[in-house]
Amino acid sequence: MKNNQRQTLFRNETDERDLITGTSLWEDAWKRLRKNNMALASGVILLCLGIICLFGPVILGVFLGYDAHTQNLAYGPQPPSLRHPFGTDFYGRDLLIRVLIGAQVSLSVGFLAAMVAAFIGTIYGAVSSYSGGLIDSLMMRIVDILYALPYMFLVIILVTILGKSLLLLFLALGAVGWLLTARVVRGQVMSLKEQDFVLAARSLGTTSRGIIFRHLIPNTLGPVIVTFTLTVPSMILQEAFLSFLGLGVQPPQPSLGSLINDGANQMLVFWWTLVFPGGIMAIMLFALNFLGDGIRDALDPRMKT
Amino acid sequence: MIRILLQRLLELIPTALVIVAASFALVRLAPGSPFSSEKEIPPEVRQKLEAKYGFDKPLPEQFIRYLGNLLRGDLGLSTKYPQRTVNEIIANGFPVTLSLAAIALLWSLLVGITAGIIGAIRQNTIWDHVAMTAALVGISVPSFVLGPLLVLTVSLRLHLLPPAGWGDWQHVVLPGLTLGTIYAASIARLTRGGMLEVVRSDFIRTARAKGLSESLIVWRHMLRGGLLPVVSYLGPAVASMLTGSVVVEKIFNVPGIGPYFVDAAFNRDYFLVMGIVLLYAFFLLLMNLIVDVVYGFLDPRVDVS
Repeated sequence: MKNNQRQTLFRNETDERDLITGTSLWEDAWKRLRKNNMALASGVILLCLGIICLFGPVILGVFLGYDAHTQNLAYGPQPPSLRHPFGTDFYGRDLLIRVLIGAQVSLSVGFLAAMVAAFIGTIYGAVSSYSGGLIDSLMMRIVDILYALPYMFLVIILVTILGKSLLLLFLALGAVGWLLTARVVRGQVMSLKEQDFVLAARSLGTTSRGIIFRHLIPNTLGPVIVTFTLTVPSMILQEAFLSFLGLGVQPPQPSLGSLINDGANQMLVFWWTLVFPGGIMAIMLFALNFLGDGIRDALDPRMKT
Repeated sequence: MIRILLQRLLELIPTALVIVAASFALVRLAPGSPFSSEKEIPPEVRQKLEAKYGFDKPLPEQFIRYLGNLLRGDLGLSTKYPQRTVNEIIANGFPVTLSLAAIALLWSLLVGITAGIIGAIRQNTIWDHVAMTAALVGISVPSFVLGPLLVLTVSLRLHLLPPAGWGDWQHVVLPGLTLGTIYAASIARLTRGGMLEVVRSDFIRTARAKGLSESLIVWRHMLRGGLLPVVSYLGPAVASMLTGSVVVEKIFNVPGIGPYFVDAAFNRDYFLVMGIVLLYAFFLLLMNLIVDVVYGFLDPRVDVS
């Protein structure tokens, strides 16, 4: 009897301790994400794709003795075979290696451009919202105006000004793509800046810069990550869009967009030159979108649709 | 109502001015000139050319002159196509681009809203899963992959529709489908999300309690909630449809305005670039205004003024 009582007492204590420990936002989100099988599968697919894109071309090059630029004009375009699983293109170049390198370019441009966009957008939104008043309305007016400009045309103009290099390409994409992040962060900071911990920091003599970077921005990380994950596929799409028009990555460097363009020009005879790059592009975007959706649902269950 | 509209239109004027100034600066401060790209031009010919277009005057003066011409509806002369004014080029190409976008919009609304409704009223059934997976696939297949694939299957193999060109209704189907599908997918997701948001709200319960038929509840009350996010998405959607038609016009050889823009940006055809950018920007501003007003009609809680 007594023993029993002690046990219940003990259990109550542990219950209480469990309650007090709680779970952080990130643990909670990870728990929710783990339950989402499709999002997890997408993550695994992306990881595999990334690894294959990174090491595949090197390994294929070592074992088979050619790279993305090795031409074999006598060989010409050949349908998929054991030696060339994706076939070869018009110049007899192996399509598998070219698609892998193209996907590598797409993924890196996508992530880097989305990072540039997140960086600019976060700082811009936080500074605008924290400053408030006239500065805030002026800075947001600028965002409104940029929103009204035809986005893709702006990128095209920037590309023609900056020249067609890979580095400048993702800078141009990122420089125009930060608007959404800025708006999201501004909304978050609007409510955060009125909270007591900001007041406490200010009364301790923290500078505005310190408050923005140490206290406000870290608290907007959730929504920023959500926006980031959904920006990556759209950046990849835009890079391919530009390369398809011949404005992005320049030949002989392959990119998924330019490969698809080549493929579209000769698809009637050499169908594999369109189907493989197009397919990889679609799989990549599908996985990114699914993972992005999953991360959004996990980090912000209210936004779940 | 008319007063509010007029007021909003007046508010657009400063924004429009800033857009004109910003795009003028962006286009004119870019290195290179319209006459530097092709073969060497004798200096005296060049001087004459520059005088003809007014490029010999200081930039501020050129800007004032451009503004004056703009107010009279004169967009200037093209440097790439010396025989034609920018107004003529736009008058030829823009209606084509616009009708392509209109058909894409119609298609995306029709399919998107239908799929969204099915997903929402049959939530978590097989119907829902099929509709939403299809939507995610639709978002992940970019137009420059979908377009060539449609040409390959529908026109080149099945000979159902012409692969390219412009003229009668048969030419419109494939480009419209290609351009609209990605937006149909987004609209499906937004419609479903919006409807599920209101499905548990009080006014739906009231409607049920007063004995309204289920179909009336869906059509009159739930759909209204479902359309709110779609309406606010329409502004950016139409914007990116218009710019996205650059690729579709290239694939299907449609004589729209898109290819001119890419060309003009490269050849530093100042007035043509400016003309197209401004045309799109004003179109977007107007579109956003209409969206705001329609939003006010749909959601009585929003104050349009």
